[in-house]
Amino acid sequence: MSELAQAGIVATFLSILRRELKLTFRRRQQWLNPLFFFVIVVTLFPMGVGPSAQILSVIAPGVIWVAALLAMLLSLDTLFTSEYRDGTLEQFILGSQPLSIIVLAKVAAHWIVSALPLVVLSPLLGLLMHLEARALPGLLASLVLGTVTLSLLGAIGAGLTVGLRYGSVLVAVLVMPLYVPVLIFGSSVVANASSGQPIEAQLWLLAALAMLSITLAPWAIAASLRVAVAAD
Amino acid sequence: MIEARDLAVMRGEQVLFAKLDLSLSAGEVMRVSGPNGSGKTTLLRILCGLTEADAGDVLWRDKPVKSQRLEFQQSLLFLGHKPGLTPELSARENLNVLCGLQQPVSDGEIEGALKAAGLDGRLDQPVLTMSAGQQQRVKLARMLLSSAQLWILDEPLTSLDSDGQEWLEKQLDNHAAKGGAAILTTHQELSGCNIRTLDISRFKVAAGDLESYFEGITGV
Repeated sequence: MSELAQAGIVATFLSILRRELKLTFRRRQQWLNPLFFFVIVVTLFPMGVGPSAQILSVIAPGVIWVAALLAMLLSLDTLFTSEYRDGTLEQFILGSQPLSIIVLAKVAAHWIVSALPLVVLSPLLGLLMHLEARALPGLLASLVLGTVTLSLLGAIGAGLTVGLRYGSVLVAVLVMPLYVPVLIFGSSVVANASSGQPIEAQLWLLAALAMLSITLAPWAIAASLRVAVAAD
Repeated sequence: MIEARDLAVMRGEQVLFAKLDLSLSAGEVMRVSGPNGSGKTTLLRILCGLTEADAGDVLWRDKPVKSQRLEFQQSLLFLGHKPGLTPELSARENLNVLCGLQQPVSDGEIEGALKAAGLDGRLDQPVLTMSAGQQQRVKLARMLLSSAQLWILDEPLTSLDSDGQEWLEKQLDNHAAKGGAAILTTHQELSGCNIRTLDISRFKVAAGDLESYFEGITGV
């Protein structure tokens, strides 16, 4: 690839990233919604199950991870809806820059505004769930790596269903089987960390999944969007 | 420059149009006419490659578009039926992102284009606060910023006032004079510029003729 084309790709990535971040400041509820959802679901558990530290600390890894997964899923299903409706997506497809890079920039922006606050807030919720303090680094690391994969996989589902009027349930059905491995490894990192067992193996696996989805998912997302626009 | 051979499009059981040929060379402007629902928008979407035709080929400089997608898209400006603008962003921000997808343009050029399109003083206003006509002008301002040889414009006259129509005709004229080509749909007659009309209803296949039409192509 020529240097010029490479510079073009980097410039496109940054330009779309900037556009997305600008937009999230102008559409505030879009990134606050998943965060509220995450906090509410996790804080409901001590009330529902009872304040016993023994029970809460056992279920904490699973609860926090499931809540994070659902929050990501909820925020992702409309990732491309407004671009699809207003025709921006057609322009993205017909531009001379690769659609996969544009899409990667969009998902990256989404991760920064939706997943990152969630990760930052998670130690607080961990303490609320009586999670051992020594598990917190594991919680942070597993969420950082896991949410990258969740964002990219969810975006494939969002792309496939963008043309459908009531696509959100379908996104969940399509994407959930792919989310399960991330959930299993993610929550087992936290569970192992809280009982003082090694967590490296699961973290490496999560990292591998994240790398795999960063490299391959953009093509799948781009292809799904092309199909959706062609059927319009 | 662009050529379509034997295009056919089905909508469910119905053939929208069939055996449609068109060719457009440098310096030509073509208007696709026809009643609502006759497939004008579909034809334009096929020409720019957003949708596939059920039969037929689209050629760009005598080679199939499919085999040279990138080269084709670098020389294409498509302004579709949908606005293609993000409502929360200002006119300037919108054009900055959209033009960046083709080739980067400076802020000064964007400012100049928006002023030329009659949007002086509204450059930093979110597009959603603008009237339909003003939004249309933001969209059309891209014509001034693009170096594409082929323009495909779906209903560019929608919500434009008579001044705007005149301005658009002048842009089409300039573009043709510089050796570009343009294809557009509109219900109004364009008087200001030299224009060829393609009546899409000529390629409509009546329901009764469908059988003989398929016999014709399959040879059964």
